Amino acid sequence: NEGKELSKEEKQRLRKQKKQQKKQKERKNEKSETEKEKTPVSLLPPPRPVATQKAPSALPAPASAPIPVPASAPFHSSPAPSPADKPAKSKAELKAERRARQETDRAAKQPGSSSSGIKTKVPLSELNPVVKRLPEHVQVDDPAVVKRLAKKLERQQIPLRSDYGYKVSLFSHLHQYSRKAPLTQQLSIPSTVIHPSIVRLGLQYSQGIVAGSNARSVALLHAFKQVIRDYTTPPNEELSRDLVNKLKPYISFLNQCRPLSASMGNAIKYIKKEISNIPSQCKEEEAKTKLLTCIDRYIEEKIVLAAKAISKYAIEKISDGDVILVYGCSSLVNNILCEAFEKSRKFRVIVVDSRPRLEGREALRRLVQRGISCTYVLISALSYILPEVSKVFLGAHALLANGYVMSRVGTSQIALVARTFNVPVLVCCETYKFCEKVQTDSFVSNELDDPDDLMVTRKGKTQLENWQDVSSLGLLNLVYDVTPPDFVDLVITDLGMIPCTSVPVVLRVKNLDQ
Amino acid sequence: MELQAVLMAAGGGSRMMDLTYNTRKPLLPVGNKPLIWYPLNLLERVGFEEVIVITTKEVQKMISTDPKMKLDVKMKLDIVCIQEDADMGTADALRHIQQKIKTDILVVSCDLITDAALHEVVDLFRAHNATLSMLMSKAHEFTETVPGQKGKKKTGEQRDFVGVDGTGKRLLFMANEADLDKGLVIRKSIMRKLPRMHIKTGLVDAHLYCLKKSVVDFLADNKSVSSIRGELVPYLVRKQFSKSMTSPNVNDEADQKLKKKDGNANLEIQILSRDEVLLQLTRERSCWNDHRGDMSEAYHGVRLRCYVHIMDEGMCYRVNTLAAYIEANRLAPKLFDEPAVHPSAAISVRCLIGADSIIGASCQISDKASIKRSMIGASTTVREKVKVTNSIIMHGVTIEEGCNIQGSVICSNTVIGRGADIKYCLVGSAQRIEPEAERTNEVIVGTDQLMEI
Repeated sequence: NEGKELSKEEKQRLRKQKKQQKKQKERKNEKSETEKEKTPVSLLPPPRPVATQKAPSALPAPASAPIPVPASAPFHSSPAPSPADKPAKSKAELKAERRARQETDRAAKQPGSSSSGIKTKVPLSELNPVVKRLPEHVQVDDPAVVKRLAKKLERQQIPLRSDYGYKVSLFSHLHQYSRKAPLTQQLSIPSTVIHPSIVRLGLQYSQGIVAGSNARSVALLHAFKQVIRDYTTPPNEELSRDLVNKLKPYISFLNQCRPLSASMGNAIKYIKKEISNIPSQCKEEEAKTKLLTCIDRYIEEKIVLAAKAISKYAIEKISDGDVILVYGCSSLVNNILCEAFEKSRKFRVIVVDSRPRLEGREALRRLVQRGISCTYVLISALSYILPEVSKVFLGAHALLANGYVMSRVGTSQIALVARTFNVPVLVCCETYKFCEKVQTDSFVSNELDDPDDLMVTRKGKTQLENWQDVSSLGLLNLVYDVTPPDFVDLVITDLGMIPCTSVPVVLRVKNLDQ
Repeated sequence: MELQAVLMAAGGGSRMMDLTYNTRKPLLPVGNKPLIWYPLNLLERVGFEEVIVITTKEVQKMISTDPKMKLDVKMKLDIVCIQEDADMGTADALRHIQQKIKTDILVVSCDLITDAALHEVVDLFRAHNATLSMLMSKAHEFTETVPGQKGKKKTGEQRDFVGVDGTGKRLLFMANEADLDKGLVIRKSIMRKLPRMHIKTGLVDAHLYCLKKSVVDFLADNKSVSSIRGELVPYLVRKQFSKSMTSPNVNDEADQKLKKKDGNANLEIQILSRDEVLLQLTRERSCWNDHRGDMSEAYHGVRLRCYVHIMDEGMCYRVNTLAAYIEANRLAPKLFDEPAVHPSAAISVRCLIGADSIIGASCQISDKASIKRSMIGASTTVREKVKVTNSIIMHGVTIEEGCNIQGSVICSNTVIGRGADIKYCLVGSAQRIEPEAERTNEVIVGTDQLMEI
């Protein structure tokens, strides 16, 4: 298998290099003064030119040079996006690239040698790492991509969910769905194409009954267990390949109901790996029980035991007399606080909440039920309440490869204000939520929730009732935001307490393990 | 497989005996299609491929042999016959087919005509892992005059009281006026958990239920329950808030042993599924709650949940009374878009057929006949100068010349003599109305039927 993959990669690489060369020849014909700017753009993989096109019209064109910086995965230590690449090889490639580019720049500065500069660039393009395409869910305003997605869904016999309402222009590249138009409207009852437990799960996701990174992963794995139990290998097929193909439409369906979280993505990767690692001579019953125990073990190790380990580390950081600030409802942080309370630490909690989800009310209920004394504020009162706070505990939806923390919208505000008041910010996150994505802003990849959630009825009046009729009004209901690592003092994981910038190390260690 | 559909078509139509003594209720023509076609069409539109139909031998024979009752459905019908005189209730019927039921079921009554979006009911069932999910609709007043009705309509007929929570989806309370002696009694346990309840009357129960498989198994053990609507549904709704339903501890063995002795509590054990540990973990980690303001978790820890979807708009009729039958005939044609006049009908050029009339197959309409807002059944002969207004004529009827039929229901195989003037009458099956008869507001049935009480 490994051998086959590598040769595929090589073929892909060759194909892309040919494309690159063609593109460079086209650019040579164009006359432009900014040759220097063009060279870094043409050398680095094609997503860069795509990214410059995708750059929202808000940003002016001359700023095309700084744009490559955010998507600069190759500049970081390990090109984790291309797992088949051995890290050492591409590092050398990058160094060679950089050296060559410096030489060409130096050569270009000398008059009359610009043509030679171009010639030396051509062989360097062959050292490019494998190209990454932009995911489809952040290209919704591109009709070609939408058509491709529709075709793929049609092939898998899954209905396409249509976008709803006016989207704010800065986020028009993301999907926005309405909760009142569930995907099940277009499915048959009883669902035959999609396993019933997956339909149930999709409904629970889109209605928000199962919300929260951990809960969604556990529910997903539970549904997969049902799928595996009801699965029978068709004749002339192998379980290891057919089951993975069976799971693909289910995953598309769940993605349509609600975009997958990073933790779910990692869980799916794990399951697919386990399924494809089943030896072909294994009997079906045996294979199925093996998979079921794998799933149970994954949940036990990565979620339940990880929570216990994180509580153990975090409790060391909670001292008597502490005033702890939490935001929203993070299952892990609630767990930690309840455990600390049971170990008779004396502390009180301030729960910060924000509209429209108002998840803090649920966190408040759980903490007060245990007997912890709590205060409840909305996020607008944050700077008022922060002088009282001694520590901030935040949960995370995912930890990105460049050390940024992706969490519920509002978290970055909390971290920012806490940093201003010199209050330590501790993020608690299990390692299975670590993600190889890189993001430095909350615009590129996010989730847009139903804009009708922002409508509220007070005393029988709903002010925003006819918001769709006002042409200049757009409602934006963001779900996630990213917090830079400068604002986070410590990340508590099941592997220990690490600084935010060590996330790529953990990822590399994980990849080597696998 | 997710759901199995069960169609209950063994009912006798006890509230409209005049219509049903000759034609069984499932085969009564509505808009020139048998009544049973409408729920079957609903199930087929939604995507079902198989239906289990529970009916009597008579109806089964008619469905399979009678060409007039062409059913026109593409689904596979698994027809189960029960004895006509066995007096089986709907729950008894479910118990009878318990062996065939492998998964959760959707029970539909044969007299339901609706264009409801079924996915709303089933989504409640799926998303909340409910034990029961049902469909109800706001009742509409029947505006048409009912033939043969003497005096004012009976008001205050046994009302249903339905209690729902703030969202309007969770079913908290259901009782019929007949069962309440002194007043409406609401248990304290419900009020403690859900202090805000909306009690609605004036709702029509569509008799469409999504039930979990464990309920069918429960029915098999408890032979005393005989009717779904009358006994099982109120029982389930009451059981939601009884003490034994709220134990959160899955592994409480002592509790389980105690409950095995009590036959009724078998339902709780059956609701626990495999992987209950994982589901509990999901619930704990999820930051969702269906209510707020008190200290309890989502659903108050109640395992048995009943949900209802109340339709505001749209058509939902249960054809179990004469008034409903007439109303349904008015509106049912909207559900299917076949041409109003059947192509095989022989219509003469000079007759006047209104836009909202339906002419069945192989009819013969002669000259100068005038048909307005009426339903003419298959193989009916209408002679010259007949005026038919606002009426329902079933199949095989012969109407001689010069008749005037207004606001009436003429059952199958009758002969109306020439020059008869029938206003707001119900003429039973295979009757002969003598020529030049003048009948107003009467029920004309055979003498053998007059003995039925």
